[in-house]
Amino acid sequence: MAATIALEGVVKRYPGAVTTAVDGISLDIAAGEFFALLGPSGCGKTTLLRMLAGFERPDQGRIRIDGQDMQDVPPYARPVNMMFQSYALFPHMTVFDNVAFGLRQAKRPNDEIAARTTAMLDLVKLGALGKRKPGQLSGGEKQRVALARALVNEPKLLLLDEPLTALDRKLREETRFELVRIQQRVGITFLMVTHDQEEAMSMATRIAVMDKGRISQLGAPDEVYERPANRFVAGFLGSINLFEAQVRATAPGVLMLESAEANAPLSVADPRDLAMGTPITLAIRPEKIALGTQRDPQWVNALTGIVHGVAYRGEASDVEVALASGKIVRVTAANRDRRVGNALTVGQKVFLGWPREAATVLAS
Amino acid sequence: MSNRLSPFLAVMMALGFAFLYGPIASVIVYSFNASRLVTVWAGFSVRWYGELFANEQIMRAALTSFEIALMSATGALILGTATGFVLSRYRRFIGRYFFGALVTGPLVMPEVITGLSLLLLFVAMEQLFGWPRGRGISTIVIAHITLGMAYVSVVIEARLSAFDRSLEEAALDLGARPWKVFAVITLPLIAPALVAGWLLAFTLSFDDLVIASFTTGPSATTLPMVIFSSVRLGLSPQINALATILLVVVAAFILISARLVARTRRSAGS
Repeated sequence: MAATIALEGVVKRYPGAVTTAVDGISLDIAAGEFFALLGPSGCGKTTLLRMLAGFERPDQGRIRIDGQDMQDVPPYARPVNMMFQSYALFPHMTVFDNVAFGLRQAKRPNDEIAARTTAMLDLVKLGALGKRKPGQLSGGEKQRVALARALVNEPKLLLLDEPLTALDRKLREETRFELVRIQQRVGITFLMVTHDQEEAMSMATRIAVMDKGRISQLGAPDEVYERPANRFVAGFLGSINLFEAQVRATAPGVLMLESAEANAPLSVADPRDLAMGTPITLAIRPEKIALGTQRDPQWVNALTGIVHGVAYRGEASDVEVALASGKIVRVTAANRDRRVGNALTVGQKVFLGWPREAATVLAS
Repeated sequence: MSNRLSPFLAVMMALGFAFLYGPIASVIVYSFNASRLVTVWAGFSVRWYGELFANEQIMRAALTSFEIALMSATGALILGTATGFVLSRYRRFIGRYFFGALVTGPLVMPEVITGLSLLLLFVAMEQLFGWPRGRGISTIVIAHITLGMAYVSVVIEARLSAFDRSLEEAALDLGARPWKVFAVITLPLIAPALVAGWLLAFTLSFDDLVIASFTTGPSATTLPMVIFSSVRLGLSPQINALATILLVVVAAFILISARLVARTRRSAGS
């Protein structure tokens, strides 16, 4: 697949700002991808989005869409449309007129405008609400009008700025599936900006995790989650336990480690052949740790600790376990049994364990 | 706690309102007086309204005032809107605060000073370039524009600072060129504020006496000038009738503009 969107060393500094908003980003996005820019606020993801839309000009670098340089192309002439975080629906126009706005600007014939607008409203299941004003819509309906309005021009690229943030939790979960379905139907490249890792992972085909104006890691959602390249990515995508450790010995495909924090020998599946004594950081996600009141003899990595805190969430419980070293390990235990009472109590002695493949070694 | 007023507060409020609106009420009541004497009640009549409309001097002055108010409100709207845009959209430029202070200066400037300085300016200009040739309607309009645009720019700036810029960006993104965006998005959304500003400038111009007196010439006499000079010669019940009509018109204008400002506030929040 040819790259439709190409960013080449894009830099943006705002006048008077201390840090560089976007600090040399190069990125290729293929046609038909659902791509997510994920990062905390101030990481430059929104600036990048605004540069693609044409509201900001890069100080350095090039943005190409289908090979065409966008440097001097104003927003109204770009084959790009955007769904705004606030939705930015025109309050003085009906839903129909909002959606038809782009086609009217393109001076399409009237019957074509009516047909395409109606079809787009049907696609987002708002066919019956065309005559309403935005003020009479619910949050979810507004979001769908904004999506329809941005899609009706059939852009080469659709930009979505925090598309689900303004919705409540239940609606957000339903809308995730809906957005992916719509994207597959229209076949347009989607570029989403979000600070919500769940949102990015559940919808995108690829994620770029951004930090301080740079891309920290780029990959498929499971890649980024299971093999984080560094501490920032590991910590930003869900919670993670980190153990400072040294290499004690190596076997083919396995690193034997010792860690003062863990207070027990550890081992991890890793193809690298590192010298003895090399300091590394071992990272393991809370849901990959097994927790029991008895020690399972099959566990390769086994720790002992006492329960420090329990947060019951319904489908799972987050348990904090204090090790002898004082290190707190976070474990997410699925509540498989339908059990009331008889939960873990603070101060109780528990055993933790995980297989070699469950943990990963962080580069930095 | 009950919501009832204590007797003391009720009396104070009644006195306050009587002080503010008593004179106005008496003007309205006596405009329907049959007697020629302004202070003696002699039964209900609309006679003075009829005489008022037959009074050519007053009618001509009313027309002059109307003409001046129309032109100066329109001029103030155009310049004040431009100024309001600069103040709210261009947050950084050298001398921004000084510019803002200069724009709102006429709001607090004593009218006598404004009037006098404009008169001196017009006289000096006439001597230097021969324009304006004499003083009259055009000089009053210029003077009223300087006053009205200060009010308009304050109203427009307030509206624009509550304006969601992403609406304009969305229109731009959907293919509308900048002027089209202004015409179909910005203008309709700030229209109530524009109307409110225009009405405000119109009212200010229509009832201004001081600045108009300074900047007028022999050719133009505005309504407030006629009223003021006729009162000095002795009260005529016609003036009461005129005052009542003006009161109704001005009150209607202010009510409409206040409504519009309130509506813009609400729509700005959505």
